[in-house]
Amino acid sequence: MGEILTVRDLTKTFRLSARQQRREGSREKYKTAVDRLSFSVREGEIFGLLGPNGAGKTTTLRMLATLIRPDSGTALVLGHDIVREPDAVRRSIGFLTGELKLEDYFTPNYLYDFFSELHGVPGEVRGARKKMLFERFGIDEFADVKVGNLSTGMKQKASIVISIVHDPSIIIFDEPTNGLDVLTAKVVTDYLISLRRQGKTVILSTHIFSLVEKVCDRAGVVIDGTMAACGTLPELCRGKSLEDAFFDLYTERTGVRV
Amino acid sequence: MKNGIWTIMKKELTRFFTDRRLIFTTILMPGVLIYLLYSLMGSAIAGMYTPEAGVSEALVANLPASIAGRGGEHSLSFVEIEGADAKQYKQEVAEGGRTLLVVFPEDFDERVADYTAGSGSAPNVEIYYNSSNSGSAQAYQNMVNLLSAYENSIANKFDVNAGGGTYDLASARDTSATFFATLLPMLLMIFLFSGCMAVAPESIAGEKERGTITTILVTPIRRHDLAIGKIAALSIVALLSGVSSGLGTILSFPKLMGGADLVDAGVYGPREYSLLLLLILSTVLLIVTAISIISAFAKTVKEAQTYVSPLMVLVVAIGITAMFGAAAESPVLYLIPFYNSVQCMAAIFSFEVVPVNFIIGIAANVVYTGLGVLALSKMFQSERILFSR
Ligand SMILES: Nc1ncnc2c1ncn2[C@@H]1O[C@H](COP(=O)(O)OP(=O)(O)OP(=O)(O)O)[C@@H](O)[C@H]1O
Ligand SMILES: [Mg+2]
Repeated sequence: MGEILTVRDLTKTFRLSARQQRREGSREKYKTAVDRLSFSVREGEIFGLLGPNGAGKTTTLRMLATLIRPDSGTALVLGHDIVREPDAVRRSIGFLTGELKLEDYFTPNYLYDFFSELHGVPGEVRGARKKMLFERFGIDEFADVKVGNLSTGMKQKASIVISIVHDPSIIIFDEPTNGLDVLTAKVVTDYLISLRRQGKTVILSTHIFSLVEKVCDRAGVVIDGTMAACGTLPELCRGKSLEDAFFDLYTERTGVRV
Repeated sequence: MKNGIWTIMKKELTRFFTDRRLIFTTILMPGVLIYLLYSLMGSAIAGMYTPEAGVSEALVANLPASIAGRGGEHSLSFVEIEGADAKQYKQEVAEGGRTLLVVFPEDFDERVADYTAGSGSAPNVEIYYNSSNSGSAQAYQNMVNLLSAYENSIANKFDVNAGGGTYDLASARDTSATFFATLLPMLLMIFLFSGCMAVAPESIAGEKERGTITTILVTPIRRHDLAIGKIAALSIVALLSGVSSGLGTILSFPKLMGGADLVDAGVYGPREYSLLLLLILSTVLLIVTAISIISAFAKTVKEAQTYVSPLMVLVVAIGITAMFGAAAESPVLYLIPFYNSVQCMAAIFSFEVVPVNFIIGIAANVVYTGLGVLALSKMFQSERILFSR
């Protein structure tokens, strides 16, 4: 299994507005959200980015999804550079994050077709795939209800399905189970595992240890925008529970006892 | 994606045309509201100027025999009074209790007969009235007309425009042209701008505010397809809204002018209407593009509307230039956005289109729209514009 995604020294610094500085209680004008981050993902595995709030997970994934540009460093997705070939990258990934919203006015049914068209999915393929995905996530029941009238879980299901209308080979999910009850969360994690069975590559970010333990083949621990450790689960845990291993890493990195 | 433009247009148009509330507020309501408003204004104005029916009563001191029989044909009835009480009656006219007080000199008829023009002083008739009271003002006018007619009848040296001939040689075409060319360019600009205002900030800043544009941006759609698709769809809706307001205005004009047939939109033929349509189309494209670009800088719809309002003021101010006479002649002036549209409209309405200027105006609008689309697609690639917090 070859490397399908390679991240080298990815760095992103945000300028903080005066309002943000006040909100965060800091006088720093800049915030380095991702700091020379490197890792690689192999074809057909589920890779987890594990880290506390504000570690830089979402920022990393947004760069991979070409929404924002890195200040320095590179990333290759299926051999395509995220800065120089954004369109090729967008074609080969499915991206999900809380920032991507669906228009309240439309129904999941309509939006599925709309995004299929934007991705250039041929009509015949679209119909069959929609049927399969809607069944799998139980969207049939609310396929014609406006998004504005859906519950959080229903919206998340619709968002997941719409992010993969083009059957991408790399799936990048940011906190896919956030805000979901255990039943809905299980539908999602089961689906991630079935994606791996289909030979897809999945990258997910989370701060939930059990999710990593349940589905990930390998994971990287991100602390303060840097990669604190990266490897298979046994490599990361070194005989301890993932949580304890993380606390040790955290103390080592930040000097803060937990 | 070859059909990215069409996909975006379809979504924008579906969003609009399947929403009955939006159709009502942006397309139907402006036209109907303007029609009702102008019609109402028209009948109010007409009401102010129609002569009051019925005969008004005039108090007359020293009523001469020559005048006494003439009241009927001027809707006046005379009530004779004693001259000594004039002061009392003046008070009553001032207070509105009486309509009119007319004081003739004693022996009016003899003095008129004796008088020759240019020698000594002519006998003077005093008419007291109250101009703030429409009944009194009307009676005064009637009395003046009566006396002038009488004066003419006793010493007629020549007539001016006597008989029932038509002397005003201005045709309906000319009066309509002047009227429309002065007023319509500004009104049309306002309507078109409001139409664009109703949809563009919502579609650009609104999608940014709600985070739905980000979902589109992670797909491989080309950024200028997104920009073109949005601008095309928004222009269609804005155009319909503008046409609705325009129709409301044109249809209500006859009523606004109190039923006078001096102003008639029917003087314009297919040539004028097709030129106008072409011009309006290019103008709407430009306005939508301008508002879209401004909206893309805003984080919320509200903010976008605030940013756009100075442009609105500017466009209205430019619309007013049509009120200052003939259309601009220098072709260079037709390169100025918005000003060129206003001047071209004025030229169309006054039947004075200069082809070169018209073509320059339209071409300029199209070029600016193209540049605007480029700018907007660049903005759709800028994370500072899309994701600034
Ligand atoms: N557009 C932005 N402007 C300024 N600062 C930002 C911006 N986006 C992220 N940050 C900052 O960068 C840091 C990393 O944020 P990020 O969202 O990547 O963290 P995260 O690991 O996804 O956290 P969480 O688990 O809370 O989602 C945070 O301090 C955040 O405030
Ligand atoms: Mg996050």
